[in-house]
Amino acid sequence: MRFVDEFRDPQLAKTLIERLHQRAALLPYTAKKPMQIMEVCGGHTHAIFKFGLDKLLPEQLEFIHGPGCPVCVLPMGRIDACCEIAAHPEVIFCTFGDALRVPGKQGSLIQARERGADIRVVYSPLDALKLARDNPARQVVFFALGFETTMPVTAVTLQQVRREGLTNFSVFCQHISLMPTLRSLLSQEDVRIDAFLAPGHVSMITGITPYHFINEEFGKPLVISGFEPLDMLQSVLMLVDQVCDSCCKTENQYRRVVPVEGNLLAQKAINEWRGLGLIEESGISLTKAYQCFDAERRFSPQAQSVADDPRSRCGEVLTGRCKPHECPLFGSGCTPHNAFGALMVSSEGACAAWYQYRHQEAAIAESTSSQQKVSQDEC
Amino acid sequence: MAGATTMCIGIPGQIVALHEQQPGNAWAEVCGLRREVNIALVCEDKPEALIGCWVLIHVGFALSRLDEQEALETLAALHAMEEVEADVALFLRAGEGR
Repeated sequence: MRFVDEFRDPQLAKTLIERLHQRAALLPYTAKKPMQIMEVCGGHTHAIFKFGLDKLLPEQLEFIHGPGCPVCVLPMGRIDACCEIAAHPEVIFCTFGDALRVPGKQGSLIQARERGADIRVVYSPLDALKLARDNPARQVVFFALGFETTMPVTAVTLQQVRREGLTNFSVFCQHISLMPTLRSLLSQEDVRIDAFLAPGHVSMITGITPYHFINEEFGKPLVISGFEPLDMLQSVLMLVDQVCDSCCKTENQYRRVVPVEGNLLAQKAINEWRGLGLIEESGISLTKAYQCFDAERRFSPQAQSVADDPRSRCGEVLTGRCKPHECPLFGSGCTPHNAFGALMVSSEGACAAWYQYRHQEAAIAESTSSQQKVSQDEC
Repeated sequence: MAGATTMCIGIPGQIVALHEQQPGNAWAEVCGLRREVNIALVCEDKPEALIGCWVLIHVGFALSRLDEQEALETLAALHAMEEVEADVALFLRAGEGR
């Protein structure tokens, strides 16, 4: 695929890794206290595991998996509200596929569907819009979920709904803004992150400027990165170079997609539609002009506040304090098929990625060592 | 549930034609297949100028125009690094022989 294959060239990757090893030797970090690089985006987390990039890093560097996966930071209470709305007999509830399995206190959307709710998986909000056109007697609710990448898409869909005068379409808004999420992460006292790989596709919307506070207020270097192996290795090298050269700035490795100013049309669409009413600092609500499309106003689900279950360590994994397999529930009480926490649900969640790519390796290593033990015993 | 996710992953596609019935849409070719995409977020006017352009597609919308020049420059920088590394390796190996 164009713009993909070129950035997977193994020879160039090898060169980058060699260079990375040379430069990392100059860092004031060690294997015991490595430089912690947080990849914010779940898409990056997935790529790291898929290509085994973490295993190629020099011992002075370590990836920490960040909070940039929309379903991973989805409060359980919001899923309960979705299930309640979806249970209305006139409602067709439309969602992206990865939100289906996220557990709420009253179960997931899949379980709500088993109880009879009409819940459909859509690829695009435009599919939900088509359902509204085709089913004028039904109420279509679109579960609008995601960071800045997906926000303008919801905005353009609502503009279209307004133009067409449809009265049977609304959105359940769970959009989250990335910058306040990062600020709140960095404001936690015991979080030690040394540098950031910033999400390429959020950045193609926001541009580069919104990241400057991470350099200026928190003194952390940041590189906006693409998603292919060469992109990510080059971005890590840029971060290492910044530290070696005692720099702290925002750099853009993903220039083929991310313009300095971002996507101005998308920013305009978002600003027209989102209000200032922030939910828990980073949540986005609809402006007055668009409140008539707010599913929560239309269906008034009960306010839900569900505390995190103390048995899981999702919060610690999201902030880099704990590795997925160190959680007591990992692989036993919590698997992708029967997820206890949202990080195990989406393929870009740190726990799901770890389970998919590392759990089998661990099992193979275990069976190999037990086979060796058997053959040794036989000898 | 294939392809239906909130994750911010985009795929590159080339705009090959405008949609005759829906002015906000165009046809993009992705891995040899034609798919309809919304182009409202990558062009305000003159949609015909988009034909032939590469765009990044996410949940049915073109969200960014891909800059081929920038892509080539990034790759050129990586290749240049490869050449320098090869030179350094040769130089060091030559030193060992002495």
